[in-house]
Amino acid sequence: MEQLEIRALNTYYGESHILRDVDLTVNSGEMVCLIGRNGVGKTTLLKSIIGLLKPRSGQINFAEQCLDRQPPHQRARAGVGYVPQGREIIPQLTVEENLLLGLEARPGGMGRQKRIDPFVYELFPILRDFLPRKGGDLSGGQQQQLAIARALMGKPSLLLLDEPTEGIQPNIVQDIEQAVRRIIREQGISVLLVEQHLHFVRQADRYYAMQRGGIVASGPTTELSQDVVEKFLSV
Amino acid sequence: MQLLFESLFNGVAIGSVLLVAALGLAIVFGLMGVINLAHGELIMLGAYTTYVVQLIFKLPALQPVYNLYVLVAIPIAFITSGVVGILLERTVIRRLYGSPLETLLATWGVSLILQQFVRSVPLAQAAGVVLALVLGFSLPLVLPQDLLQGPRSRWVRAGSWGVSALAGVLFGSVLASQISKIARATSRNVDVTAPKWMRGGIEFMDLTFPVPRLVIIVITILAVVGVTWFLNRSVWGMRIRAVTQNREMSDCLGIPTDTVDVLTFGIGSGLAGIAGVAVSLLGSVGPNVGTSYIVGCFMVVVLGGVGNLLGTVIASFAIGLLTDLIGAGRLLTIWPDMPAPLESTVQFFATTSMAQVLVFALIVVFLQFRPAGLFPQKGRMVEA
Repeated sequence: MEQLEIRALNTYYGESHILRDVDLTVNSGEMVCLIGRNGVGKTTLLKSIIGLLKPRSGQINFAEQCLDRQPPHQRARAGVGYVPQGREIIPQLTVEENLLLGLEARPGGMGRQKRIDPFVYELFPILRDFLPRKGGDLSGGQQQQLAIARALMGKPSLLLLDEPTEGIQPNIVQDIEQAVRRIIREQGISVLLVEQHLHFVRQADRYYAMQRGGIVASGPTTELSQDVVEKFLSV
Repeated sequence: MQLLFESLFNGVAIGSVLLVAALGLAIVFGLMGVINLAHGELIMLGAYTTYVVQLIFKLPALQPVYNLYVLVAIPIAFITSGVVGILLERTVIRRLYGSPLETLLATWGVSLILQQFVRSVPLAQAAGVVLALVLGFSLPLVLPQDLLQGPRSRWVRAGSWGVSALAGVLFGSVLASQISKIARATSRNVDVTAPKWMRGGIEFMDLTFPVPRLVIIVITILAVVGVTWFLNRSVWGMRIRAVTQNREMSDCLGIPTDTVDVLTFGIGSGLAGIAGVAVSLLGSVGPNVGTSYIVGCFMVVVLGGVGNLLGTVIASFAIGLLTDLIGAGRLLTIWPDMPAPLESTVQFFATTSMAQVLVFALIVVFLQFRPAGLFPQKGRMVEA
């Protein structure tokens, strides 16, 4: 079943045309990877899906709902979890408070939900030790784990991950990869991933390759040939 | 000993007026980053509210409980200034987020409009306008949701504003017919007379503590405790802290940022209203009363470190103590045989306004060395 369906999406930054007629679908329970070199519009696409950028034309349908006119917080409440590039942890709030903020996407928000799902501690045990610390004082890798955990607190049905392994030390990259795989397996969440690490890309079910703001190739990752990899991944 | 207590009390009294006036600004400017030059006029509205409430309590029906009018004036002033602040946010400031210079100019314009408003509109009608605004904003929250979501939602909304406007006009005319003092517009200053229990002072260890000052100190303490609790312990407080630190990400997490903005601005403005009650107890109330406080408020917030409530508290008491120390010429009492040139300098600054000049000059010098104030934000992410 189609969870997310994007049709003929065009997004601009001022007058510069960034996304050109992008079509993309993510089925439920599926992991889809978006690849492409720097500056081709991958982050712009994710920002258009969550609503931080307003596309000039095109349609975004999510779980049979049209998201075009909704602000980001309503999209989050509809079930889109967003882990941005650069993590965007709220710096002066503690790790615990950052996690609690994730509950805002649930019905009733923090007012009704108060418990941190122990599942996130299972995924990232380190967070439990850092609960009273300021979010801004964590290292990059820890912040990345916190950002993913925070998105999961909202029980999303689609998770948007923007370069979760960028600039992070190798052993934590592995932790994050495993966590993402486990999330898909155990919670049945669909994932749309932007990624440069080939190893992580191969975990996905399907890929879309972007060039100059448009989708130029797509297919199952098993068919991801060396040609395509060399053309679209900056290895 | 007596000298110490006296100057401590005076300093704390001056400081608490500054603090209660600056507390709202600490939220609006410190947390939201909105330079609101109309903050002083919101204080002025709070002071006028106290005046009107006092006159209403002089009516025969309420005469027996006249002594309690100050207690009633506090929540009403909070609501009045809060609602005007919310109106200001929705109509003007919302469109200017992220452009501080335009916000500064626009809010300055608003402050002039508000000053002229209290000069040329009878206070009775002004009270009616405020009532209409309060009803208009709060009716949609009380009405059943299906009525507001339904096919006739536009008519329901228009109707609720119509009813509110009518109620406002009625309230205004009733006030005007009952209380002649506020039936006509005037630009002269008015005086709030303190109820009997607030006159005089309390004797303690050969010292007299004037009651109005004590009341202001109590109001300030309650306001600070309330705000601290709200920001740090309540759910909405956490939403406010999240949105003020990272608006876009908070939005992506599902926090309704629009509602948070309205609420934050409303509370900041409402606190200005409470400050207005305090100000009205100190002296006469006029259209310009806000202008005399706004500079001090900004000084306190900047000195304390923008976005830091504790800094605001300490900064206002420091300024209060320093002002008292200089303004009352206490240095001379402490050190009676000071050399003549120094003595004349101290004498020169020993008036309220000159003390203010010196204190502000000292703050300017201080900020040269610590531009982020007493308590700058710390941590890994501050630079970003």
